[in-house]
Amino acid sequence: MSDKIYKVISFLAALAVPVVCGGIIYALVTDAYGAFEYFGFFNFLTSSDWNYTEGHEQYGALPFIVGTLLTTLLALILCIPFSLPVALFVGEYFKGTRIANVLNTVIELLAGIPSIIYGLWGFYALRPLVMALNISPHGSGILTASLVLAIMIVPYAASLSAEFIKMVPNDLKEGAYSLGATRAEVIRRVIFPVAGSGIFSSYVLAIGRALGETMTVTMLIGNTNNIPTSLTATGNSMASIIANQFGEADGLRLSSLIAIGLILFLITALINMVGKIMIKRASIV
Amino acid sequence: MESLRPILEFKNTCVSYTRQTMAVKNVSAQIERNAITAIMGPSGCGKSTLLRAVNLMHNLYPNIRVEGEILLNGENILSMEPINVRRRVGMVFQRPTPFPTMSIYDNVLAGFSLNGIRLSKTDRDATVERCLKSVALWDEVKDVLNKKGTFLSGGQQQRLCIARALAMKPEVLLMDEPTSALDPIATKHIEELLLELHKDVTILIVTHNMGQAKRISSKSMFMYLGELVEYGDTEVLFTNPKDERTKSYLTGKMG
Repeated sequence: MSDKIYKVISFLAALAVPVVCGGIIYALVTDAYGAFEYFGFFNFLTSSDWNYTEGHEQYGALPFIVGTLLTTLLALILCIPFSLPVALFVGEYFKGTRIANVLNTVIELLAGIPSIIYGLWGFYALRPLVMALNISPHGSGILTASLVLAIMIVPYAASLSAEFIKMVPNDLKEGAYSLGATRAEVIRRVIFPVAGSGIFSSYVLAIGRALGETMTVTMLIGNTNNIPTSLTATGNSMASIIANQFGEADGLRLSSLIAIGLILFLITALINMVGKIMIKRASIV
Repeated sequence: MESLRPILEFKNTCVSYTRQTMAVKNVSAQIERNAITAIMGPSGCGKSTLLRAVNLMHNLYPNIRVEGEILLNGENILSMEPINVRRRVGMVFQRPTPFPTMSIYDNVLAGFSLNGIRLSKTDRDATVERCLKSVALWDEVKDVLNKKGTFLSGGQQQRLCIARALAMKPEVLLMDEPTSALDPIATKHIEELLLELHKDVTILIVTHNMGQAKRISSKSMFMYLGELVEYGDTEVLFTNPKDERTKSYLTGKMG
């Protein structure tokens, strides 16, 4: 009897997952449909107007798509020079030592900090610094948001890549050493190629996180609905525009925000899928 | 006279993993040039540890200490640069370790590329052919040189690893139970190969398999609990062991 109960409970719970997922997609699609129908799918994607004056309503997703992709890309570029050495430190140079364990704990701590706190830190510590260095007059903008985003994704990229670096078989490394390779050569010629697809996938997953990050970006990007013309210019991201405007929006404007949400969902799902596929490949080696 | 001097000499060599325990205790022995010398003994007797000391593998692990002297042509290895030693002393491991991201061709040349040595295309082709022929793998792989090394069978992979070590023209080749992961036919191939190779390179082989030591080696060492118990001509050691411990190992009373 209790066998049956367990079975039914787990069946129902398992069924709930695709139902909830399907429900979210259904709600997004039906609510976004109004905007796509009114402006046309491609027109909505490529238009950069965002005007909610009654009678002149015009909405396009381009500035936000650009804002999101630009901050994410910049964050990724800024993140690699820190996360890769950290991954090597933990996964190779100090593998299994106490110092690596301590560092790992700190990395996990960083990964667990709520994004609002990164946002606050960015706003009150980093933004004044950006202003003081005369990089941009108001401190907010694509660059500031990307810097904090980069710091936020370093722990993810570093700890996951370190796992893949650790997994490179010792036999293989010793094989290379026995041929007279130095440690740098072993890292470059054996560890990176062998752990390569795993390291790549950890960056893909880090990108997935950066794409959807809302709070930090909203606090630092400047929230102007234009296509940013330089790295220090202000702009807006897909998640930020939704967070900023959903409360006061209705009708076509709300539908447009939901359409942006749907696009963000699709991009993030695609990126995560690519990451998962790469991880699967990596674990075959 | 270069050829009369032992190529390798252990002088009071000790290896310890921790301060309390010594894995290799005071081993002294002279290794004959161009001979195949087998190192036998039960698991944990220190035979692999002794072997790995010769190409300074222990330097990779800061906790391991090697003391005494190991002379390569009269020069103490322990005070040489590991990279220079490892280029002169090749090693083949228990499990075949072709680099999975490299082709068969690139695996043979890995010693050069890892050391940043650039060869011309003709030199590369010639080296690959020479080394693969010397391990009797050329005919089997000459049409698939661009395939990954991991695509080969276990025995072929091990021969590829031997070819990779030979490409650097080492003076000594260390082999750490090179056939223990292989089937009997692949093992037989490797043994025949070693009997060919020792004309050009001195071979020091750790083996669990007494039959193998008997078939291929001219000199044998028997180690027990980190000590070198007995060392001499393989024939003498097998037929007339001096030490009780050697005798009981060879007769299967200890293993």
